[in-house]
Amino acid sequence: MQHDSVGYWKATLALIRNVLIVWFVVSYGLGIILAPALNSIKLGGYPLGFWFAQQGSIYIFVALIFYYAKAMGKLDEKFDVHED
Amino acid sequence: MGLQGITYLIVGATFALYIGIALWARAGSTKEFYVAGGSVHPVLNGMATGADWMSAASFISMAGLIANMGYGGGLFLMGWTGGYVLLAMLLAPYLRKFGKFTVPQFVGDRFYSKGASTVAVICLLAASLTYIIGQMTGVGVAFSRFLGVSNTMGVFIGMAIVFVYAVFGGMKGITYTQVAQYCVLILAYTVPAIFISLQLTGNPLPQLGLGSDMVGTDVALLTKLDQVVTDLGFGKYTTMTRLSQLNMFVYTVSLMIGTAGLPHVIVRFFTVPKVKDARSSAGWALVFIAILYTTAPGVAAMAKMNLLKTINPGIVSGALTDVTAPDAQITYDERPEWMKRWEVTGLLKFTDKNGDGRIQYYNDKSKDPKFAAAGWAGNELTVNADIMVLANPEIALLPNWVIALVAAGGLAAALSTAAGLLLAISSAISHDLLKEKFMPDLSEKGELLAGKIAMACSIFVAGYLGLNPPDFAAGTVAIAFGLAASSIFPALMLGIFSRTMNKEGAIAGMLAGLGVTMLYVFAHKGLFFIKGTEFLGLFGGKANFFFGIEPNAFGAIGACVNFAVAFAVKRMFPAPPEEIVALVESVRIPRGSKEIGGAH
Repeated sequence: MQHDSVGYWKATLALIRNVLIVWFVVSYGLGIILAPALNSIKLGGYPLGFWFAQQGSIYIFVALIFYYAKAMGKLDEKFDVHED
Repeated sequence: MGLQGITYLIVGATFALYIGIALWARAGSTKEFYVAGGSVHPVLNGMATGADWMSAASFISMAGLIANMGYGGGLFLMGWTGGYVLLAMLLAPYLRKFGKFTVPQFVGDRFYSKGASTVAVICLLAASLTYIIGQMTGVGVAFSRFLGVSNTMGVFIGMAIVFVYAVFGGMKGITYTQVAQYCVLILAYTVPAIFISLQLTGNPLPQLGLGSDMVGTDVALLTKLDQVVTDLGFGKYTTMTRLSQLNMFVYTVSLMIGTAGLPHVIVRFFTVPKVKDARSSAGWALVFIAILYTTAPGVAAMAKMNLLKTINPGIVSGALTDVTAPDAQITYDERPEWMKRWEVTGLLKFTDKNGDGRIQYYNDKSKDPKFAAAGWAGNELTVNADIMVLANPEIALLPNWVIALVAAGGLAAALSTAAGLLLAISSAISHDLLKEKFMPDLSEKGELLAGKIAMACSIFVAGYLGLNPPDFAAGTVAIAFGLAASSIFPALMLGIFSRTMNKEGAIAGMLAGLGVTMLYVFAHKGLFFIKGTEFLGLFGGKANFFFGIEPNAFGAIGACVNFAVAFAVKRMFPAPPEEIVALVESVRIPRGSKEIGGAH
C-alpha cells in the first residue's frame, strides 16, 4: 500500500513547528527576554517573570509533550501509518 | 539512636534494596545487558529515565547553585527540562523506529561510514566522561558528610562504590533498580522540602510556599529574601541574571539541546516497545523530573533564607534592621552543630578576618561603605554551594531520619546516573569501537569484559579529575551538556531532518562543533580540566571573551558552528546514496517498527 508520506511529513513538521513556538515563547520569551518587564506583575508572592523562569515553563513543557504525543497519534491514524 | 546510626541504617537499607533488585533481574545476554529486551512500560521507563537523568547535579548541587544565583538559576531549571520537549519531538520516535541500540550505530548507518560512527564515539566519550567527573564531585560531597571524612577521602570511597555498583548488573537490573532509586530520591528531596515550606510559610507545597508570605507576617518570602540579601550586598534574588541576558539565553539553549544529545538518555527511548511509546515516555520522564525541578526553586530560596537566619537571626526576624550592628551576627562559638559537622569535610570554612569572634557572611565585593565602616574585613564564611541541599534539613533542625533520608537520596541520584553513563561508555567502547571497527571476531564474552575494563578506566579518570573539579557538580555537568550539544545533537538532527546530508558534512560538523567547544572550555578550565594548563592568554587573557559567554554555556555556539560547517562541507561532496535516502524516509514513518534486535 502506498502512503501519502509527503503529506504526513508536512503535517508532522507543522505540528513540531507549532509546539516549538509555544516552547520558545514560555521559556526564552517570558522567562528570559521579557522577564524584567513581567516582574512588575505579581502572581501571589512571585514576580511573574521569575515564576516563568523557575516554575511556569516547566509545567508548560510537560503539557506540550503530552499534547504532541496525542496529536501525533491522530496524525498516524489519519495518514494510516500507525503501528499494528 | 544518633544521627550517624540512623544514616547508616537508611543508606544501608536502600543499598540492600537496589542490590536485591539487581540480583533478581540479573542480565543474561549482551542484548539484555544493554537494553532490557525492549519491553519496559512507558511509565516505568519514565521513572527509570528520571533516576538516570537526575544525577548529583540535579539532586545535590542544583538548588545550592540556585540559592546563590537567584533568578539566574532558572537557566538550569528551564534548560534541563525544556530539552525533553526537543527529545520527544525531534529524536526519540525516529531513533526508536530506526531500531538499533546505540547512538554511534545510528550515526554510522545513517552516514554510511564507520568513520562517522568512530567520531560519534569520541563525542560520546568526551561528554560522558565530563559528566561523570561532575558525579564524582557530588558523590565525594555526600560520602564525606555521611562518613565524616575529608572531601578527598569521600571521592575515593565513591569511586570504589560506583565501580562495584556499575560493573555488577546490566541495564535490566539497572532499569528496575532505577525505578526504586527514583522513589528513594524523590522522597528524599520532597520530604524535607515540605517540612521546611511548612515551617517558613505554613504551606506544605514548596511550589506554592515559595510564592507565599512568611509565617505570621504579611511579607512574601521572596520579598523578604530580596531585602535581606541586598542588605548584605548580594544581588537581588528575584532579578539577578547570570552574567547577562545573552549569556543566560545561550546557556539555556546549550542545556536544552545537550539534553537531547546525551547518549545515556537517548538510549532509554530504545527500550520502549513502540514508536508511540517513545513519544509518551519522554512525557512521563518529564513528569517525574518536574516533581523535583519544581520543588528545587523552593528548596533553594528557603535554604538561603534559613542559612541567613542562622547567621543573622535578628535581621531575618525583623528585630534588628542594621545588618552591621554589632550583635546582628552570631558568634563563632554559638554556631550550630550542623556547621561543626560540615567543617570536618572542609566544604564549610570560617576565618575570623576582623578578629571579633562573630561570623560576617556578606558580599565583600559590594561597594557599600557601611561594611568597611563597621570594621568588616571581608567575608568570613565560605559555604560550598554543593553542600546546601544535603545541609538543608540540618540547617532547618529537622529530625535525624530526614537528614539520613537526604543522604540516601543524594547517593541514589549520583550512583544511578554514574551507572547509566558508564554503561553508555562501555557499550561505545566495546561494541561500537572494538567490535565494529578493530576486532570484528570479538566474542560476546570478550565484549562484556572489554566493556567492564572501559568502565573501570573511566571511573579512575573521572575520580582523579573529580578531586580537583573544574566547577561545582552542576557546573561540570553543564559542560558535559555543552559537549553533547555541540557534537551529537546536530548530527542526529541532520540525520533525521536532512535527507541530503552526506557523511563528509556530518563528520566535519561534529569535529568542528566538538573542537571549538573544547577549545573554549579548556582555555578557561585547563587542558583536559587539569589545573594550571589554562591558555586564556592566547585569546587576550580575558575570561568569557566571546560576547561575555561563559564556557559552560558555549555548547550552543558549538552547535551553530557544527550546523554551519556541515552544510558548507556537504556542498563539496557527492549526495548520499539512494538507499540512505530511503532509510531516512522509512525512519520518518512509524509503521513497520521492529522489536529491537541485537543486530550485530
